[in-house]
Amino acid sequence: MSRKSFRQAINEALRQEMRRDPRVILMGEDVAGGRGGTSGVKDAWGGVLGVTKGLLTEFGEDRVLDTPITEASYIGAAAGAAATGLRPVAELMFVDFVGCCLDQIMNQAAKFRYMFGGKARTPLVIRAMYGAGFNAAAQHSQALYPLFTHIPGLKVVVPSSPYEAKGLLIEAIRDDDPVIFLENKVMYDDEEDVPDEPYTIPFGEANLTREGDDVTIVAFGRMVNLANQAADRLEKDGISCTVIDPRTTSPLDTGTILDCVADTGRLVIVDESSPRCNLATDVAALVAEEAFDALKAPIRRVVPPHTPVPFATVLENLYMPSVEKIEAAVRSVAAYRVKEEA
Amino acid sequence: MQISRDILTRSYRAMRTIRDFEERLHVEFATGEIPGFVHLYCGEEASGVGVCAHLTDTDTIASTHRGHGHCIAKGVAVDGMMAEIYGRQTGVCRGKGGSMHIADLSLGMLGANGIVGGGPPLICGAALSHKLLKDNGVAVAFYGDGASNEGSTLESLNLATVWQLPAVFVVEDNGYGEATGASYACAGTQKDRAAGFGMPYFECDGTDFFAVYETAGEAISHARSGKGPAMLHVHLSRWYGHFEGDAMTYRAEGEVARERAEHDCLVNFRKHVTEISLLEGSALDDIDASVKSEIDAAVAAAKAAPLPEEADLMKDVYVSY
Repeated sequence: MSRKSFRQAINEALRQEMRRDPRVILMGEDVAGGRGGTSGVKDAWGGVLGVTKGLLTEFGEDRVLDTPITEASYIGAAAGAAATGLRPVAELMFVDFVGCCLDQIMNQAAKFRYMFGGKARTPLVIRAMYGAGFNAAAQHSQALYPLFTHIPGLKVVVPSSPYEAKGLLIEAIRDDDPVIFLENKVMYDDEEDVPDEPYTIPFGEANLTREGDDVTIVAFGRMVNLANQAADRLEKDGISCTVIDPRTTSPLDTGTILDCVADTGRLVIVDESSPRCNLATDVAALVAEEAFDALKAPIRRVVPPHTPVPFATVLENLYMPSVEKIEAAVRSVAAYRVKEEA
Repeated sequence: MQISRDILTRSYRAMRTIRDFEERLHVEFATGEIPGFVHLYCGEEASGVGVCAHLTDTDTIASTHRGHGHCIAKGVAVDGMMAEIYGRQTGVCRGKGGSMHIADLSLGMLGANGIVGGGPPLICGAALSHKLLKDNGVAVAFYGDGASNEGSTLESLNLATVWQLPAVFVVEDNGYGEATGASYACAGTQKDRAAGFGMPYFECDGTDFFAVYETAGEAISHARSGKGPAMLHVHLSRWYGHFEGDAMTYRAEGEVARERAEHDCLVNFRKHVTEISLLEGSALDDIDASVKSEIDAAVAAAKAAPLPEEADLMKDVYVSY
């Protein structure tokens, strides 16, 4: 066990799985970075934010493959390689770039098993960074996990911490289905204690980061941290919260969400993806359908407005869910009382 | 070029099987009993068969929505295919894929594909598997003149060259992307495209089995020997519409009739092999009779086969979930 950043935890998961299984390969734009450059340094970058640094040195050019900037062909190649014996981890860099290769994910990799009558296995992981908070504006800041969650055949992982990232990524690499693994770009320098040895965290099993009596908060990815900070503040005023980190949006641990709502009767969902047809609407529908009788207050969603992610810091801050917005939402549902019928 | 009797016999049988399979579907589809869409490969048989004659089960192909011929050429079972097209539980994809998604990965058949240009990226991946797993395999992408303009295809030509993959890109140029002529929709030439990506280019008359066999052999040998990808441009003609029910109002009167009369790969094959005594006419007659029975049996079995059940709906979305 030692202190590791989110970036180091991901690097370690990749390294340990590549050591364990020679069929695991990496591909993506600048995952090594530097091939064909004049310095002769072949792993000059190690990923645009250094997440895959050093892997070329250990595993060589056959297993750490820089690609041209052609997402359709290399994401498709990863799908084809997965269907024919390799276990590729393809990096899409920014998840926004899925616009260039969605066919290969949505119509090819996700569909093979069902469409071919259960005879295909596509053990593919696509890593990409997501999220606002970096002044990266509308084409580099989206939180597109609802898009993938919508597609049967894909599994979708949204880790909330370095410990979670390592265990969930190893699970993703060992999984026999296509997995979309989304890393919040603001979290790469977050640190916590992470075991040195490999370990897995199963998909579809939510983690309760705290348990309380008054309000259930369901939060995704980096929003789990914000929810916990809000819960700390609320605790001081006597409002105790359960915070659920679902870890994966597909499969989704609906049982844990329903159990917690049954206990607290009040629900706030924190989701930094665009508000229409996102995970917050999905969880709200689940609870409205399955736990209506348990509800003591309307469900509240803490989500961005239905706009592209803006550039200027002042606008980006307005756009994003925040600790303050979560706190206000929890206070409003905690204070809500059903009106007596006249 | 010497071709063994075994290869000649198997290739003729495969071409005859494709022809009879497709002609029979043309008739059966008109009865309304077959759900969905079918896209027939009649007239193009020599292409798939001439290419796949050089492949084994270790090698991989990806096909198009006009995929029945490639499936048969790669050895997919005809009865399982027919049952699939009829949407039966006994189909090769258990009735979940249909005509446009027939696949058998155990035979290196990575699927027909409903998406134009869907296959070439997948073939880059299959070729990467062959290269890294060192099984001496090659991966072959069949795609049409329409798909040759897709960005995914052009990206794949680039990626396969950058990675020096054992891949062959087979452009089956039947002159039409759906209803739009290749003469209108394809800028430049396939030859110049291959040259632009630095890969060797081969072309042949796709209605002549011997021409396809010979040029495909060169393209596949190039890829298999580790020298990187190659392009094979096959000129051919489809005898039916883009899909069944297409009245082909975009084609000149007599165009198809002329193709059938002058460029029937089966007629020309028989003429060639009997003239120079490579095979006897009676041997070919026997194959014709045997294939006819096989197709009859496949249709009868498909019609009698059970339909998928309610429980099948939820099966096989994931390996585990």
